Amino acid sequence: MAADAAPGTALGPALGQLVERVRSAQAARTALDIVGGGTKAFYGGPRQGEPLDLAELAGISSYEPSELVVTARAGTPLAELEATLAGKGQCLPFEPPRFAPGGTVGGMVAAGLAGPARASAGGVRDYMLGATLLNGRAEVLSFGGQVMKNVAGYDVSRLLAGSMGTLGVILEVSLKVLPVAPATTTLRFEIDETAALAQLNAWGGQPLPISASAVWNGILVLRLAGAAAAVRAAAVRLGGEVVEPDLAAAFWTGLRDQTDEYFVGAAKAVGSGATLWRLALPQTAPPLKLSGEQLVEWGGAQRWLVTTAPAAMIRDAVARAGGHASAFRGDKPEGAFAPLSAPLARIHRELKTAFDPERIFNRARLVADL
Amino acid sequence: MNAPLPASATPGPTIDRNARQAQVVAALSALLPAHALLHRREDTTPYECDGLTAYRATPLVVALPETEAQVAALLEACHALEVPVVARGAGTGLSGGAMPHALGVTLSLAKFNRIVKVDLASRTAVVQCGVRNLAISEAAAPFGLYYAPDPSSQIACTIGGNVAENSGGVHCLKYGLTFHNVLKVRGFTVEGEAVEFGGDALDTPGLDLLAAVIGSEGMLAIVTEVTVKLTPKPQLARCIMASFDDIRKAGDAVAAIIAAGIIPAGLEMMDKPMTAAVEDYVHAGYDLTAEAILLCESDGTPEEVAEEIERMLEVLSGSGATRMEVSKDEAQRLKFWSGRKNAFPASGRISPDYMCMDSTIPRKRLADILLAIQQMETKYALRCCNVFHAGDGNLHPLILFDANQGDQLHRAELFGADILETSVRLGGTITGEHGVGVEKLSSMCVQFSPEERAQMEALKRAFDPKGLLNPGKVIPELHRCAEYGKMHVKKGLLPFPQLERF
Repeated sequence: MAADAAPGTALGPALGQLVERVRSAQAARTALDIVGGGTKAFYGGPRQGEPLDLAELAGISSYEPSELVVTARAGTPLAELEATLAGKGQCLPFEPPRFAPGGTVGGMVAAGLAGPARASAGGVRDYMLGATLLNGRAEVLSFGGQVMKNVAGYDVSRLLAGSMGTLGVILEVSLKVLPVAPATTTLRFEIDETAALAQLNAWGGQPLPISASAVWNGILVLRLAGAAAAVRAAAVRLGGEVVEPDLAAAFWTGLRDQTDEYFVGAAKAVGSGATLWRLALPQTAPPLKLSGEQLVEWGGAQRWLVTTAPAAMIRDAVARAGGHASAFRGDKPEGAFAPLSAPLARIHRELKTAFDPERIFNRARLVADL
Repeated sequence: MNAPLPASATPGPTIDRNARQAQVVAALSALLPAHALLHRREDTTPYECDGLTAYRATPLVVALPETEAQVAALLEACHALEVPVVARGAGTGLSGGAMPHALGVTLSLAKFNRIVKVDLASRTAVVQCGVRNLAISEAAAPFGLYYAPDPSSQIACTIGGNVAENSGGVHCLKYGLTFHNVLKVRGFTVEGEAVEFGGDALDTPGLDLLAAVIGSEGMLAIVTEVTVKLTPKPQLARCIMASFDDIRKAGDAVAAIIAAGIIPAGLEMMDKPMTAAVEDYVHAGYDLTAEAILLCESDGTPEEVAEEIERMLEVLSGSGATRMEVSKDEAQRLKFWSGRKNAFPASGRISPDYMCMDSTIPRKRLADILLAIQQMETKYALRCCNVFHAGDGNLHPLILFDANQGDQLHRAELFGADILETSVRLGGTITGEHGVGVEKLSSMCVQFSPEERAQMEALKRAFDPKGLLNPGKVIPELHRCAEYGKMHVKKGLLPFPQLERF
């Protein structure tokens, strides 16, 4: 694809300036805070250091719909990328959340968050094909590529998904994209949480085109997506009440971007001192009896909890169920993320040194004191 | 395949091999039962290579531990003695990833062959690393589930080896690679400390280290247990076999199917010489007059499959297919696939030796690479058959040669290196699913800059500070690249040609 991916001439200065900034920060050991659109500034650990703005490094470098691959620079607005893909009937199947307008491709990869389709379609990591990285030694490095299968060397590009900028500045990424599902139907069931979780896990073992689920307040909302014939047949088989398409689309968008009723309520509670927790669990974990209000997604694998209960109590309950809890919004007195086991903490420190020896990038966003 | 250079032995040539062997045997004898430790030449010879038989080395010791505690103790002892450790599964790898280290321990994990759990509710299986790929699907079958990645060697290869190589198969485009189908691995660090990467939830706190460990060719950690995702078995699968009178038309048909928004369950191509070789072997009724044959599979509910097959037939005929046949039943579908699945043995019948390449290119470059390979056949005076995971852009040219004839092996190696370098120039990669191992070390110099290789080396050291796990594989040493003398090809991904990189 080398011949097609001719770079914009304006990129030179933008990249040159970034490299220079990193080189001098390395020499002076100045902490840098990598900034895309700033829409996920609330997420993760505290920000430290001088802002390093990626806005100038924007644009889709190449997009070939028949290759199912798009390559975009970090500062490219996520909205621009999604609109370009939609123009060709394709999409980012992991439905990255857009908490506010202005989010970027680099921020999407660094945060590694996914929307309602995560359990069926995979996450950002599953669609990473390649990345160009500016490491802490001010070197520009490319890993992976633009092809579907690639096992040349270690898979550094996938390691960057969810790395929160701790290994370096993501300059450009290549992502696998997929066609938008030809048909979608949303069904609604009145059912309590325990029964809903059991039902979702039973359905999961069958060849059904289930693409998303949400359980809240005695209601299960289920999205089917795939070939028209398969969706039609599944809808008849599963029963429930068919939700009108516009209403359904608005609901899933609201869930994805956290503008839905549950999250509006959560934001209010956070405003008066509560914390919104993201609980990542085995999908078969039973309902967790914790004080506060829960919304269950991903067939049981992601559960949101608004509560004022102490962090230690929540982390402990979730760990016992085989998962981990992140303080997503609001107060994070015990840190944003669950602590790491001793060998993993050691590997994290060594990896940080391997990529960013002077520890200039996003020091506390992913692991305290990395 | 690259010109062979011996992997250098880390401890240096000054160490007396016999003394070192005695020292390692003494240390490990205290930890393992006598039958789990092989060191006599006649016992270790079967381990001297993997599926890439052209590269061999005799290990100091072969250890076959039976428990995780033994693995931990062995690693701890080897770490203290600074002895290299090379993990080994079924030995079916095609890039020499499990080739022994002449001054190291080959750690065979063959005894870890127990299926711990198959769970319908969570659609997962927990298996020990030595369980065969196909055995997982067999154990899951009563639940209507299967393990999706299906490398051609699935009857023999183990899940531990699949994790090490990030193995693919013919259904990757729709169902993903090993990476997409593994949730968690359990094992040990080089020091012998128990560790888990990934988890039972869909993500973990911190960096996604599982992503780094999968495909790391045994160089970051030793894996003993794997939790895999199981997929509900589709109700039905049907396959279209389509002929083309021109390779370029076949390549365009592949792009047209994808452009029509279809993700087939399988999309494979064979060229004319390959078709002739496999037809002679399996008698599946392939069209011998076609320049290229495409196999396009659809799976799902009967309604879904009917709809997709109809759409694919339309696209194929619009792309100029000269003949199309849809499988009528499961027996015929398997017959269509029989040739493709037997491409390697079929090549073995028509040539004393063959060398299997494994590069990946952007799909649209398919005709370009096939035409380039045709020219190379003249240049190196050797024949080449081509099979292709067309949906993924993963090409398997089989270079035919006779190692007993003059410089044919050497010419075959040059031919192979030329294919890999051409693939990188076309925006692709030197290996899609077989791994780098020792086979493609020199080609790594072409694909990656010195800084990129140094970063990979630093990543390895973060897991393995002394460089004891499978040393000498994947990352070529600087002097090797200097001797190889080929320039690093700037990748299409790199949008900054104005930047100084050397």
